[in-house]
Amino acid sequence: MSIATRANRLTPYIFMAPAVVVLVFALLYPIGYMIYASFLDWSPSQRIGEAEFIGFRNYINLAGDAAFRESFWVTIKFAAIVVTLEMVIGVGLALLLDRNIKGMSVLRTIFILPMMIAPIVVGLMWRYMYHPTVGIFNRTLKGMGFEEGIPWLSDGTWAFAAVVIADVWQWTPFIFILSLAAMQSLPRSALEAADIDGATEMQKIWMIKLPLMMPVLIVTLLLRLIDAFKVLEVILVLTNGGPGLSTEILALRIFRTAQEFQELGEAAAMSNVLLILLMVLTIGMFIYNKLQEARAAAMRAKANATGS
Amino acid sequence: MPRIRLEGLVKRYGAVQVLHGIDLEMDENEFTVFVGPSGCGKSTTLRMIAGLESVSEGEIYIDEKPVSHLEPKARDLAMVFQDYALYPHMNVARNMSFALRLQRRPKAEIEQKIAAVAETLGLTPFLERKPAELSGGQRQRVAMGRALTRDSSTFLFDEPLSNLDAKLRGQMRAELALMSQRVKKNMIYVTHDQIEAMTLADRIVVMNGGYIQQQGTPEQLFKNPVNKFVAGFLGMPPMNFLDGELTHRDGTMFVSGNGFDVRLTQARSQSLQHVASKEVVLGIRPSDLSHDEKAPEDRSLSLGIVVSEYVGAQTVLLCDCGGQKIEVELKSETPVRAQGNMRFSINPEGIHLFDRQSEIAL
Repeated sequence: MSIATRANRLTPYIFMAPAVVVLVFALLYPIGYMIYASFLDWSPSQRIGEAEFIGFRNYINLAGDAAFRESFWVTIKFAAIVVTLEMVIGVGLALLLDRNIKGMSVLRTIFILPMMIAPIVVGLMWRYMYHPTVGIFNRTLKGMGFEEGIPWLSDGTWAFAAVVIADVWQWTPFIFILSLAAMQSLPRSALEAADIDGATEMQKIWMIKLPLMMPVLIVTLLLRLIDAFKVLEVILVLTNGGPGLSTEILALRIFRTAQEFQELGEAAAMSNVLLILLMVLTIGMFIYNKLQEARAAAMRAKANATGS
Repeated sequence: MPRIRLEGLVKRYGAVQVLHGIDLEMDENEFTVFVGPSGCGKSTTLRMIAGLESVSEGEIYIDEKPVSHLEPKARDLAMVFQDYALYPHMNVARNMSFALRLQRRPKAEIEQKIAAVAETLGLTPFLERKPAELSGGQRQRVAMGRALTRDSSTFLFDEPLSNLDAKLRGQMRAELALMSQRVKKNMIYVTHDQIEAMTLADRIVVMNGGYIQQQGTPEQLFKNPVNKFVAGFLGMPPMNFLDGELTHRDGTMFVSGNGFDVRLTQARSQSLQHVASKEVVLGIRPSDLSHDEKAPEDRSLSLGIVVSEYVGAQTVLLCDCGGQKIEVELKSETPVRAQGNMRFSINPEGIHLFDRQSEIAL
């Protein structure tokens, strides 16, 4: 190989070098820092170099920490419930609104408004609506004759329901617009063929529309799931994890461990646990995409091989 | 099987009217072909019969029963779409059995039916495949198979061959012709390809601009087109049109124009006696001209050769007749001069005359 060709081969790497440098410093360095920190007994008053290296003790502590286990469980429960509800309502709405009615475009825009509001504002808004005496929900209930009202944010079960409702309100539109887009790109003629074959509207939904939308729905579900595991602001503002630990999701627990308990090492270890959880989901999504591509490629190859 | 009748069928999209009162009767077991250029309303008519488009005015009768308010599934028809419209997530067998499964037919019956249809269409090796794993021709067959597995009395075809390459199209056309002889059903077929129309149809319906121009057997339409549009649309290469005038000389009629002066037969002259306008268009099919240097001048054309196109058994000459373009189709054995004039006699049966204003046949 001559020097010239060797230099030529190097050229692309030289062009990529700045991006790689930025990536290393902006992304990998903080993550590496966090992983390293999770092996330290570190308080904010110390420099990182002064902190004592304690190996896996932070992780071992986590495993034995009932509060952490509780908040891990709350996170899973929260993510599973909100994503299920959002999928059902979002896809259902899309199925209902996928038609040409006058003013539909305005209606669709209104539907996606909640998504555009900052989570902190959503939290504040719902906090006032949930207020035990002056909130709109309890005032309405009172107007209907239920004097007691609902202890929205002061009872563990109700507080969990309250944060679920707020999250569903904000994020259902995300699933709604994605599934509406998927639905509108479905092959119209296949649906017409189903009409002629004698399918009812319900049969068309179950046997044609939903199966064809499945790839988009699965990706949407994974995206939402990843997001739901990281939720923080709305819950922080609404309940701050309480009452008790009933709504203390992982992100909030991490925040409090670092802020209130000043245990930076332990907070880093928790973050890593959450990171691993999210990685599993992301890798799952990646594998799913790869599988889809491989299947499509195999189908094309088969079609070409058999000819006419 | 049923008789299908369209009565004053009108279709409007908002203020735009695309079909202007279609009246048509299709007999039992007839193969009807709607043919016309893009946007003539042929597909819209078919989709209205199928129930995929609403009817703005008029009525569709199947065996004298009005059906325009009925859902597609209540009309007992099967349809083959231009883009095949297969269900991408179902394999071939499930695609073909979809309608039967919806009707909750017994499993054994469904399987037997699928096997039989797959056999006739040569799809047996592909029953487990998804549509994406099939070539264009195979997908076309599956679409056909899906229609065939149902016992509907009427088949609708919406340009089913237009996505295939030329060779495959010819092959599928022949198979369709064979199928239409075997299964005794009503077939309504939409195409813009006049060759498909001519080869497949019992009855051709030529449409243009949302109106039926003419309907009848392929032969009727080819021999006696009612207007210039139909004459020019059917036949390949298309009919030649020369502007001319009717004149009365020597006790008979002549049609004459720039570069030609053709005597009409006695019978023809008689029938043209009372035509008001003398301004006409002379129509002659390229195949109604034959090379004959000794032909009498008033029964022939002398044409200047511009280009000769050899297409195998035939040669098509592009000629000039007093400044107007005219095509001649000859057997390839005929010696053709590269340049200069040749004389072509006109088949007296092949003279078509149209009013220049109304374009209606005289």
